[in-house]
Amino acid sequence: MQATKSHKSLGRERLERIIEMCLAIENGSVEPFTLNVDEIISVVKEYFPQWQDPEELKLDAEVLHHLASVIKIQSEWVKQRSTLLYTDPFLLEEKILQADKQQMVNVFLQAWNPLIEFEQISLNAIAQGLLYWEALAPISERWKEVEPAEVSNAFASRDELIKQRVLSDKEFSEELIQFWHELKNCVANKGNGGKINYWDFIGADTYEETVQRAFVTSFLVTYGYATLEIDRLEETVFIEPFEKARTEPLTVQSTSVPIAVSNEDWQKWKRGELN
Amino acid sequence: MEKGRTKLSKKKGVYGSKIKKATQMLFYKRHQRPGVKGWELHKSLGSDYPKVLDLLDDYLKPLDLQVKTIFEEEKTPEKPTLEELDKARFYVALRGDLATKDKLMGWRIDDLAGLAITISYIISKKGQTSRKDVEKLLCEKMPNWKIGLNLERYIRFGYLGQDDNGQIFLDWRTRAEVDQKSLIKMLLSSEAPKAEIAEPQEEEGIKEEQESEE
Repeated sequence: MQATKSHKSLGRERLERIIEMCLAIENGSVEPFTLNVDEIISVVKEYFPQWQDPEELKLDAEVLHHLASVIKIQSEWVKQRSTLLYTDPFLLEEKILQADKQQMVNVFLQAWNPLIEFEQISLNAIAQGLLYWEALAPISERWKEVEPAEVSNAFASRDELIKQRVLSDKEFSEELIQFWHELKNCVANKGNGGKINYWDFIGADTYEETVQRAFVTSFLVTYGYATLEIDRLEETVFIEPFEKARTEPLTVQSTSVPIAVSNEDWQKWKRGELN
Repeated sequence: MEKGRTKLSKKKGVYGSKIKKATQMLFYKRHQRPGVKGWELHKSLGSDYPKVLDLLDDYLKPLDLQVKTIFEEEKTPEKPTLEELDKARFYVALRGDLATKDKLMGWRIDDLAGLAITISYIISKKGQTSRKDVEKLLCEKMPNWKIGLNLERYIRFGYLGQDDNGQIFLDWRTRAEVDQKSLIKMLLSSEAPKAEIAEPQEEEGIKEEQESEE
């Protein structure tokens, strides 16, 4: 039992050393053929039947993965050296150091075919340039300074802001409380079990008004005047007003529930097709 | 018979004007880099532009010039498709039969030798090497003050490129102008000349360099 354990630990050590060697080859710090692939495969084969733990099997797979990378590097090495373009850098360096300038230039000139390009202007190009210049507006006209329009500062009255729809004619908090009472009345008249279908509450004669009601309803929920009850299976949303406004939703971490109020849904609701 | 002759001369006329257009496009500088992309020729000459270029190449042969095609991929396809040609770049270059002394093209011999050494060395290093190694190699035969200037010039002309890590690689102009296989083959088979060439005087070199930089 003790012997098997020590054999396994030796195997793990050997595999780790193989991975280190493979990494060195992958990084280019060791020549690729320093590693004898056949020998490594026999080592991997020898220890493989003993591996049982996932960690050990992972180590085994890692060795094979790195070995594959090394084989790829070895094949590229062979390919590169077999091409005509490969030259031993030392040999070439030696040649370059031995060659004098004239010899080097003579060799280069035989392999060099410089490109030809003209940079000559034609009469036609000059004529085109003149025409363009003639048609070009003076720079004072093209780069006119744009003077910003003067804006006078003044106070806007509340009536003006309401007119411009920046403010509503009611204070928002007043509107919210009034809306809360409306919700409670709706639930009392049309609701069931203290709650009412979301669309039955926000739905109005026009789409714009419906969106406006949905917008205010979202604040009822956020500020703790009501809560939503969502049945994801039935795809129904109910809104339930609280008797007293609750402050917990503002203090505890709340979740946002997006509810789409599309024109299509509004039309469906109008036709009584929406639950 | 007469009809056939008219048709033939009309076709000749069409190709004649296409060759003229191709000559203008290839010879005159249109962009920052010389040469024309295949798709540009396709657009202005039509889909038979490879044939037009072949005809132009025949015209240029007696002048020792050639239409050179550099494909996007490093490997040149045996039978390139129109799509591959559209992506390639076309240049006009010397064909290569001119006498050596006429081919220096205004380069100083030591600058050209430096370029030759640098290109050969980079080819042997699989296409890229560190700038420090190139500088070390060049300093064997070139004054230190000149190495930096020359390398910058080779980079500016498009023979070499340099990345942020200081690695130098062969750039578009080397691919277009230099037959890399032949260069290495000839360099390895060349023998050192017996006659010694007089070294250009360093002071003169400095003066010239300073003047040109100004």
